[in-house]
Amino acid sequence: MYDIKALYEAASVAEAIRLLQEHPRAQIIAGGSDVLVQIREGRRAGAELVSIYGIDALRGVTFDGEGAIRIGSLTSFSHIAASPIIREKIGVLGEAVSLVGGPQIRNIGTIGGNTCNGVTSADSASTLLAWDAVVELTGPEGIRRLPIRDFYIRAGVVDLRSAELQTAIIIPKAAYEGYFGHYIKYAMREAMDIATLGCSVNVALSDDRKTIRDARIAYGVAGPVPMRAPSAEAAAVGRPVCADTVAAFARAVLSDIHPRDSWRAARAFREHIAVELARRALTKSIELAGGALDG
Amino acid sequence: MDKSTGKQYKLIHCTVNGKEREVMVDVRASLTDLLRNDFRLTSVKKGCEVGECGACNVIIDGECFNSCIYLAVWADGKDILTLEGLEGPNGEISDIQQAFIDEAAVQCGFCTPGAIMSAVEILNEGRLLSDEEIRIRMSGHLCRCTGYENIFRAVKKTMLKRLEAGNRKQE
Repeated sequence: MYDIKALYEAASVAEAIRLLQEHPRAQIIAGGSDVLVQIREGRRAGAELVSIYGIDALRGVTFDGEGAIRIGSLTSFSHIAASPIIREKIGVLGEAVSLVGGPQIRNIGTIGGNTCNGVTSADSASTLLAWDAVVELTGPEGIRRLPIRDFYIRAGVVDLRSAELQTAIIIPKAAYEGYFGHYIKYAMREAMDIATLGCSVNVALSDDRKTIRDARIAYGVAGPVPMRAPSAEAAAVGRPVCADTVAAFARAVLSDIHPRDSWRAARAFREHIAVELARRALTKSIELAGGALDG
Repeated sequence: MDKSTGKQYKLIHCTVNGKEREVMVDVRASLTDLLRNDFRLTSVKKGCEVGECGACNVIIDGECFNSCIYLAVWADGKDILTLEGLEGPNGEISDIQQAFIDEAAVQCGFCTPGAIMSAVEILNEGRLLSDEEIRIRMSGHLCRCTGYENIFRAVKKTMLKRLEAGNRKQE
């Protein structure tokens, strides 16, 4: 038995908001792979829970009117990876979430939970940041949308107001059209492990594929929250597609990131692999975009 | 909620190993608690109880879940399959269970029911998976005895046998 004080189940978003208003101290539970483990560990023992797991309207990947990709917040990692829309337009997100935990975790874990927990090592977070994702939050005052980089406040804390829940993650058409990306998770094991460092890069090339029109890079575990590396991006945008550009891009990440020493890895080691992962992920992204470094 | 005890219950309906069930569950219960305590389905093991080891793995609506981190109340309306549900009408074991025996994929046996349920999910897809895909799909199970290789062999062998039998039927 879990040490749960009370459980309130919501069947709709409106009901979830009402339950959260009635029980202001309640914790939202989606798939539960974080919350239930924290209850088991004692960190959230005795919690009141509002379960949103039963809100099927928050599941699925669709296009909205403007061609943006809308991912319902309760969509599981395995359903994101299997979605034809994700595979065609932002395959790298499917690849990234296929590296979360193990198969059973990917069936229960949700993209909403993976972002609302505010954890820097979340495998989906760096890729969503790198793709300029927009977070949709629904609360008593209605719907608000904000860029995912503003959603993260500090380690474990996101901009989720009282009685509000995350209802979707949106990738605008302008953010994905013409972009190709790659994610690399550096971890000790190939399954059931947390990233020592995660790096997600995407790139858009000029029509002749000789120039980098745009490059975006985001890291997990390179700081307290998932973060972009703007200096690296500036070092690549408008530059020719060549090994020197890739090297300058990779070196520049060191002015942006500030990883820490932890029992998983030393700061110096994380900095070392951050540069190498940036190099590899950009090289692969250029390749996917049809460009060639030696051409 | 019962005001005198502070306990909270919910009546749920679900299908367990093909049988329709109606059961009153404590909202604090995990699906592992429900399956073991209410239905005596003891193939569902309590291992780590934090979703890491895979010993409590069951199939819900065709997908594998660690039942230790799945609230019992969420089982309402779901179709659940545990290892016991693989048993034939005369108590026979299934092909995948036999393959685990033949390939010595079982030693202490604690991870076995969970691992077999992941294998069942794969086999039910009825397609050929690469070695790499099988390893990824079986990666949610910790086994401290076999070194995984025999488990991998048992799954691959059963997959190939079933696909071959399917092809023969078509011919």
